[in-house]
Amino acid sequence: MAGSSTAISLTDLTIAAARDGLRARHFTARELTEAHLAAIARLNPRLNAFITVTGDRALTQADAADTALSRGDFAPLTGIPLAIKDLFCTEGVRTTAGSHILSPFVPPYESTVSANLLRDGAIFVGKTNMDEFAMGSSNMTSAFGPVVNPWKRRQDADAVLVPGGSSGGSASAVSARLAMGATGTDTGGSIRQPAAFCGIVGMKPTYGRCSRWGVVAFASSLDHPGPFARTTEDCAILLGSMAGHDPKDSTSADLPVADYAAACGRGVKGMRIGVPREYRVDGMQGEIETLWQQGLAWLRDAGAEIVDISLPHTKYALPAYYIVAPAEASSNLARYDGVRFGLRENGTDLRDLYERTRAAGFGAEVRRRILIGTYVLSAGYYDAYYLRAQKVRALILRDFTDAFAQVDALVAPTAPSAAFAQGENMDDPVQMYLNDVFTGPADLAGVPAISVPAGLDANGLPLGLQVIGKPFDEATVFAVGAALERAAGFDALPQIRAGA
Amino acid sequence: MSLEPATIRRIAALARLRVEDAELPVLAAELNGILGWIEQLNEVNVDGIEPLTGAAQMALKMREDVVTDGGYPDKVLANAPERAGDFYAVPKVVE
Amino acid sequence: MGYAIEGSTGTWEVVVGLEVHAQVISRAKLFSGAATDFGAPPNSQVSFVDAAFPGMLPVINRECVAQAVRTGLGLNAHINFVSRFDRKNYFYADLPAGYQISQYQHPIVGEGKIEIELTDGSTREIGITRLHLEQDAGKSLHDQHPSKTYVDLNRSGVALMEIVSEPDIRSPEEAGAYVRKLRTILRYLGTCDGNMEEGSMRADVNVSVRRHGEPYRTRCEVKNVNSVRFVMQAIEAEAKRQVEVWESGGTVEQETRLFEKGTTRSMRSKEDAHDYRYFPDPDLLPLVLDEAWVAELKAKLPELPDAKKRRFMHDYGLAAYDAGVLVAEQATADYFERVAKGRDAKLAANWVMGDLFAALNRAGRTIVDSPVSAAALGGLLDLMADNTISGRIAKDVFEAMVQTGDDPVAIIEAKGLRQVTDTGAIDAAVASVLAANADKVAEYQAGREKLFGFFVGQVMKAMAGKGNPALVNDALKRKLSAA
Repeated sequence: MAGSSTAISLTDLTIAAARDGLRARHFTARELTEAHLAAIARLNPRLNAFITVTGDRALTQADAADTALSRGDFAPLTGIPLAIKDLFCTEGVRTTAGSHILSPFVPPYESTVSANLLRDGAIFVGKTNMDEFAMGSSNMTSAFGPVVNPWKRRQDADAVLVPGGSSGGSASAVSARLAMGATGTDTGGSIRQPAAFCGIVGMKPTYGRCSRWGVVAFASSLDHPGPFARTTEDCAILLGSMAGHDPKDSTSADLPVADYAAACGRGVKGMRIGVPREYRVDGMQGEIETLWQQGLAWLRDAGAEIVDISLPHTKYALPAYYIVAPAEASSNLARYDGVRFGLRENGTDLRDLYERTRAAGFGAEVRRRILIGTYVLSAGYYDAYYLRAQKVRALILRDFTDAFAQVDALVAPTAPSAAFAQGENMDDPVQMYLNDVFTGPADLAGVPAISVPAGLDANGLPLGLQVIGKPFDEATVFAVGAALERAAGFDALPQIRAGA
Repeated sequence: MSLEPATIRRIAALARLRVEDAELPVLAAELNGILGWIEQLNEVNVDGIEPLTGAAQMALKMREDVVTDGGYPDKVLANAPERAGDFYAVPKVVE
Repeated sequence: MGYAIEGSTGTWEVVVGLEVHAQVISRAKLFSGAATDFGAPPNSQVSFVDAAFPGMLPVINRECVAQAVRTGLGLNAHINFVSRFDRKNYFYADLPAGYQISQYQHPIVGEGKIEIELTDGSTREIGITRLHLEQDAGKSLHDQHPSKTYVDLNRSGVALMEIVSEPDIRSPEEAGAYVRKLRTILRYLGTCDGNMEEGSMRADVNVSVRRHGEPYRTRCEVKNVNSVRFVMQAIEAEAKRQVEVWESGGTVEQETRLFEKGTTRSMRSKEDAHDYRYFPDPDLLPLVLDEAWVAELKAKLPELPDAKKRRFMHDYGLAAYDAGVLVAEQATADYFERVAKGRDAKLAANWVMGDLFAALNRAGRTIVDSPVSAAALGGLLDLMADNTISGRIAKDVFEAMVQTGDDPVAIIEAKGLRQVTDTGAIDAAVASVLAANADKVAEYQAGREKLFGFFVGQVMKAMAGKGNPALVNDALKRKLSAA
């Protein structure tokens, strides 16, 4: 099968449908991969979603997948083209974390999560752009330039919108059909917020569900690898491959991985769904409140009971986050010193070399967070900042624990607004940080959460609803997310996409 | 609490980040904005609360004492900006 | 009155606390699977974890934890069933991550104690504040290139136990005794080889001085002192320096110093190392010990030097000093016990501490590669006990054993050293000696009884030393009284 009309339909397929098509030999993995590489070639110059495109490697993998498929050797992802956030180390393929300081770095190892995807037959088309070291909510902090959201405002079609961040390249690529799915990491909202901004599904599993080994660390106690795809079921398929115990990560949970794809069809009948009242914040876009109510109504119609609950410490989650995450980052990023890998700027002595290397290698936001993190850990301030933040973190976890004693899952908006334009929210770091107001708490508590596209705002931009679940109960999160997805019937398409 | 330029210099030195004098006023404004916003944590009553270090509620798993890694100096040195034989090389350090 | 520094304004007491870094005996590193062997080619025992590559994570080695627990038990210390790892943040060329994983707030071992013994025979108890596990750093080589420092990360990530004493030490001698005793305990436990030359045991020495009865004054930390002798010298040098500073009206500043060429000097590279920004390592979870596992480790502990010393005194009737010497090295104690078993233990102790130690000293060997095995020395003692040889001949046989490594029986046979117990032969020798010295016999019988020794010597000489001394005595007494 060849021809442009076929190529268009190939990039529109879901992972589940592509998998069936590949197994039935309706098309080959090479055709599927070439279609995505062609889309990347055409659209990446506009979207800047990829830092590195690995076309040759992808085609080699595709041919191997076709050989396997022709033998009837089906792994869960055989022949499926995926994009990998450039925070996941990929053996022999440059991995930058969106930073100048790692721009020359070629890892001699493969991260556990990406290795799991390769084990299951996936094809990697490239490494996606991101906020530098995953620090950002707009993808404006990448050393490789901002990523463009494939969606356009109806009223203001010239405005270039951000895809959200930090996994903005992955979200943009999946939304524009440059890949069928992608990996991301969520530290304060870096999967769910860009998923919402780009009209796709993004899933942050429980802390410990996906190994962090080989993922460039931002904030170790908060970094959650997870998948992006265009449907809940596709996310479930990806997570099924990514997840699992990894003895190389001491924080990895040795717990069985459920059949998440099956859970998507489970329905919500008899479930108790909590509505956290503290998520109604000032300044939230009106349509978001409306969509939230709509989502609750859909779930009620599907047989769920809606329960008003309280997460009293919600407003303190972000300030706590902006102590804990920079503190950990200030330590995690100390290894970028120009000695063993990455950039080096020569200096008069070693100390000067360190200071010049790190000043030249890190962008403004990363430098800010390193300084904040260093400050809150420094002598005399530890108790007032870091220790207090950890106590608040304990209270936030307790809020969730108390809520989950009453309900099976929580439903709330993913972000307080739709995608904003490049340049907006840039003057004041705190304004930018507030993008994560609904996503940060689940990261601090480590509980699983998914963002599902549920509607459009007045400007035609996608809005996401978020489902938050109990620790290690991703299955329920998928069940509720899929119920919302079915009810919403979200079928709007981004203006910039393969085949458009 | 408000960060003085001298404090920013001190933490930048601890973090080994070169900061030019011209950057200090902007940095001070940004950092103080962030810290000011963080101050709202002081409203929270945290008496008797045990700090939460991480989201993983488990005990540490242990590895057996077996040599399973290393033995690849070329790989650990391959990305080095400067090497001398099988050593990393840096400007001379005076102790 | 103990050790004191005599200043120009009076005497000063020295206050010392030691932080000993003991490299844990394990095959693999504390948080990685790389090997720990000493002397490997540069960067050949380095994993990506040890070199702090992006995304690398630590996983703790069970044996290193076990070694720390064993050591804690051996120091009569409190084992903390829940402990935690923290990051100690600082930049240094051989610290790849920019932080060292250590235990700051919650160490695996709490308070314990060590009893030290001083040359005057007195003992003192030195408190142990804590023991914690941490990673070693790599090695910087400053002498390979005129303008470069070379970095080898082989040691990066090797497990260390930092054993911190209370500031209970009051003299260089006590410090030396403390380090030696600690090393003995670690070697008994098999948790550290105590080899200070290879750097597997190093001490940071905290020194301050004060007038008697005063509270503590400011202390300085002398870093990385790598022999017992240097520990003692560093304390003396640093204490004298501080006395001079105080007496000249100055103030001792708290700082990190380096011991070099008999003096200490300020360490430039540690100028700003006072803000380590410790925080719990988020890559690691609390270390929770299983009580049954700790009990099992405890049950399998070897007999430790103090207990062994008590047993040697009780079971073998040894003096405290001798028992102390024999238990200082486990190999010596084992050797002694093999010699002493079923024999005269005091005689065994004398031979081990006297002739054997002297011979080893001359040969520059240790008891582990002694040319005379415990079985052979035991055999020699047996030959004395059954009168095959005399104690004097035994000395000669022992020398031959040292030279040849041969069995004593073989040496005696080859050299014909077997003791003569044939009374006929003895009587004959006595008779000829008395006959040849009639004048002396007369003097003896006139009352110069001390000539008896002369006759013994002459008889032994005539018999080439092989006459049984008791029988020779008997025969002489008999003949002299009869003559």
